[in-house]
Amino acid sequence: MTNPIIVRFRLDYGAFQLAVDLSLPGSGITVLFGHSGSGKTTLLRCIAGLQRAQQGYLEINGNVWQDSERGVFLPTHKRPLGYVFQEANLFPHLTVAGNLQFGLKRIAKQSNTADLQHIVELLGIAHLLKRLPDCLSGGERQRVAIARALALNPQILLMDEPLASLDAKRKHEILPFLSRLHSELAIPVLYVTHSQQEVAQLADTLVIMEDGRVQASGPLAEMQSRLDVPLAQDRDAATVWQATVSEHETDYYLTRVVFADGALSLPLVDAAVGTPLRVQIYARDVSIALEAPTATSILNVLPATVTGLADDHGGRTVVRLQVGNQALLAHITRKSALLLGLHADMAVYVQIKGTSILN
Amino acid sequence: MLPNRFFRPLIVAWLILLAPASWAATTLVAVAANFTKPMTEIAAEFEKSTGHSAKLSFGSTGKFVSQMENGGPFEVLLAADETGPQKLLQDGLAVPGSEFIYALGKLVLWSATPGTVDDQGKILSVGGFKHLALADPKLAPYGAAAVEVLKKMGLKEKLQPLIVQGENIAQTYQFISTANAELGFVALSQVIDINSGKIGSGSGWIIPNSDYTPIRQGAVLLKKGVENPAAQALLDYLKSAPALAIIKKYGYDLSK
Amino acid sequence: MLTSADFDTLLLTFKVASISTALMMVLGTPLAWWLARTSSAWKGIINAVVALPLVLPPTVLGFYLLVMMGPAGVIGEFTNWLGIGTLPFTFAGLVVASVLYSIPFVVQPLQAAFATIGELPLEAAATLRASPLDTFFSVVMPLAKPGFLTAIILGFTHTVGEFGVVLMVGGNIPDKTRVVSVQIYNHVEAMDYSDAHWLAGVLLVFSFTVLLTLYTVLKTQPTAHQLK
Repeated sequence: MTNPIIVRFRLDYGAFQLAVDLSLPGSGITVLFGHSGSGKTTLLRCIAGLQRAQQGYLEINGNVWQDSERGVFLPTHKRPLGYVFQEANLFPHLTVAGNLQFGLKRIAKQSNTADLQHIVELLGIAHLLKRLPDCLSGGERQRVAIARALALNPQILLMDEPLASLDAKRKHEILPFLSRLHSELAIPVLYVTHSQQEVAQLADTLVIMEDGRVQASGPLAEMQSRLDVPLAQDRDAATVWQATVSEHETDYYLTRVVFADGALSLPLVDAAVGTPLRVQIYARDVSIALEAPTATSILNVLPATVTGLADDHGGRTVVRLQVGNQALLAHITRKSALLLGLHADMAVYVQIKGTSILN
Repeated sequence: MLPNRFFRPLIVAWLILLAPASWAATTLVAVAANFTKPMTEIAAEFEKSTGHSAKLSFGSTGKFVSQMENGGPFEVLLAADETGPQKLLQDGLAVPGSEFIYALGKLVLWSATPGTVDDQGKILSVGGFKHLALADPKLAPYGAAAVEVLKKMGLKEKLQPLIVQGENIAQTYQFISTANAELGFVALSQVIDINSGKIGSGSGWIIPNSDYTPIRQGAVLLKKGVENPAAQALLDYLKSAPALAIIKKYGYDLSK
Repeated sequence: MLTSADFDTLLLTFKVASISTALMMVLGTPLAWWLARTSSAWKGIINAVVALPLVLPPTVLGFYLLVMMGPAGVIGEFTNWLGIGTLPFTFAGLVVASVLYSIPFVVQPLQAAFATIGELPLEAAATLRASPLDTFFSVVMPLAKPGFLTAIILGFTHTVGEFGVVLMVGGNIPDKTRVVSVQIYNHVEAMDYSDAHWLAGVLLVFSFTVLLTLYTVLKTQPTAHQLK
C-alpha cells in the first residue's frame, strides 16, 4: 500500500521539541495517541498550517503543502482540509446553517463540494439548522463542527480531541457518528486523542507519540499488542478483532461471530448475519490455562501461543499471545505466570470472560 | 487607649508654642492673569515686611467672580477690570469702600518675531499676516481694549476674519509666542523686560493710552476676609511705595 | 433660549465629532487589532502612548499640540511643507486635535473586544478557507460589534464634550472652531448664566440619550458578554 501522506516536521520551542517523520495511509482513521504534552496536537496544528514548523515537509496526495527547503508554505486557508477543534468552535453569530455554509461560500463553485444534505443526515443535525450555537448541547455542537468541516469535501480531515470536552454521556452520543464516518468516508482522517477507548473504537492506524517524537506507529492490532509500547501496560489495555456475524442462537441470547482463525460467542448482537464487527477484548478479561479446560462456565476458550511476556514490576505480567494470526493480550498476576512457567512459544489455552462490541 | 494623662499636656504645650505663628496670618488672593508676574514679586515683599503671607490664584476675573458668587474661599480680588469688584459689591459679597484701582493696564501689539511689528502699528493696515490674536473681548478687558484700537484705526471689519481669540490674556500670549498667530494684542506686563523697561523679545508697539479706554484694574476686599488681618494688610501694602514701584516696573500705569 | 450663534456651535460640534469619529475608526481599528494580538516589545509603549490623553490634562495636550502644530513645530513644518499651512485655528486642526485626544476612547473598547474574541474563531475561519482579511470582516467584526458600537459612541460623545484641547488650539472662531463646549464656557465666563444653562442642557440631554441608547442596545446584544 502506498502512503500518500508524508509528514516531516522539526520544531524547537526550547522546552518542547517536535521531531516527526511519518508516512501515513491515504484512507481510514489514523489516531495520534499520547499523553498531554506529547506533541500530538502540535503535530496536527502543523499539518493544518495553524502552527509553522521551522523545518518541515508535508505532502498530501501528491500535493506539497509545506517544504521549508524550497520556501513553500501554504497558509491554512489555502489548504483543502477539514479541521475539528477540541471545543466545537462554532461561530456564535451564525446559525447552524450559517456555520455549515461559511466554508462552502468560500470555495470555488466548480470544485467538488460534498453533498451537504447527506452530511447533515449522517450527523443527525437536520433539526438544528436554524438554531444558534448557544442553544445547542455540547454534543450537538461538536456534530455540527464535524459536518462543517466535512461540507468542504476536504482531502483530509483533522480532528483534535473532538470528544475531550464532553462528558461520558455526550461521548457515547457522538462515537456512533464517528464510527459511521469511518465506513462512509473515503478521505483519510487524522484523529488526536489520549483515550484508549477512542483508539479501540476508531483507529485503523495508530501513531503513539511521546515527548514530541513518534514512539511507534502501525496498524492498530499490531500496535495494541506490542509489549514495548505503554499501551499494553495500561489498566484498560485491550485488543480489537475484526469479526463477522455468522449466526444467532436466540434461545441463549447469543450471537456467534467468526474471525480468520476461529469463532467467538457473544451476548446477542442486533446485527444481520454477515455484518462486520469490531470486537474488543480487554486484557484483564483474558485468563490462561495450560490444558484445555473441560468443565468451565466460560464459552470462549481458544488455543493460543505465547509470543511474549512483560513484567510491570507491580505484581502483574502482561502476556502477548497469538490466536492464529490475531494478537491477544492477557493481564495475569506475576505469581500465576511463574506457577504456570509461561515462556515464549509455549502452547496454551486462553479463556475470554468478556467481550464488547465497538460498532 | 492613649495614655491621656501624658499626652494631653503635651498637646496643649505644642499648641501654645505654635500660637505665635498663627498671629502672622495667611490670606487667599484671586489675581487676574495679566498681573501674575508683578503680584508674585509683591507677595514675596509683602511676606518679608509684614510677616503675613498671601496665597495667590491666577485666572480670569469672570471665573473668579462666579466662583465667589458660589461660595469660593477667596478673601481679596485683584481683577483685570472694574466690573468684577462692582459686581461683587452689588452682590453684597465685598466690603463697601474697600475697592480701589491698583493699576492701569497697558496694551501692546506684539509679535514673537523681531521686526514684525513697527513702533506705530502700521503692520495692521499693511497686512501680510494670517492670524491676529486677541483675548475674548466679551471676557477680558484687554480684548475689549484691542477691539477698541482696531475700530479706531478703522480696521475692525477688514481684520475680523483673521482674528483668533484666546480665552484670556495668558492664552492669547501662548498663541503668539508659539508663532501660531504672527501677532496679537497682549498686556505690556507679559512682554516687558523689567531691567530695561522695554519689550523683552520679538517686536511690539506700546499703544498710546489715548487709543483706548483705560484698563482700570480694581481690587476689593471680600467679606470673607474681614476677620483676617492679612487680607487688609495686603490691600494696604498694594498702595505702599515698594509695591507701586514693582507695579510700575512691569509696565503698568498708576492710578492718579 | 438658544441663539442662532448657539445653533451654529452645535452644528459645528457635530461636524467635528462626526469627521473625527470616522477618522478614529479608520485609524483606531487596525491599531487596536495590532495591539490586541501582537507580542511585540513595542506593545507596552504604544499602549501607553494611546492612553496618554486619558491622564494628561487636556490643556497640557492642547499646549503641546499648539507648539507642535505651530510654524516651528514638527507637525507644523510638515503641514507647511505639504503646502496646507499650519493647523491651529483651523477646522482641520480641530479635527486632528480631537482625534488625538479621543482616540483612547476608540482604541480601548476595540482592543478589549478583539482580545476577548481570542484566537479560536480566527483559526476556525482559516480552516474554512477564509483569508485573514475575509476573517476580519466576516467573523471579527460581527463578534466585536458591541466593541465597535462602544468605540463609535464614546469617540463621538467624548469629542462633543471636549473642551480644553479645543480651547488651546481652536482660537474660538465662529463657524470654524467655536464648538459648543467653548460656547458654554464663554457664556459662564461672561456671566450669561441662562444662555449657559440652555446650551449645557441640550448637551446633557444629548449625551445622556446617546449613552442610554448604547447601554440598552448592548444589553440586548447576544454577544454583549464579550464586552468587558
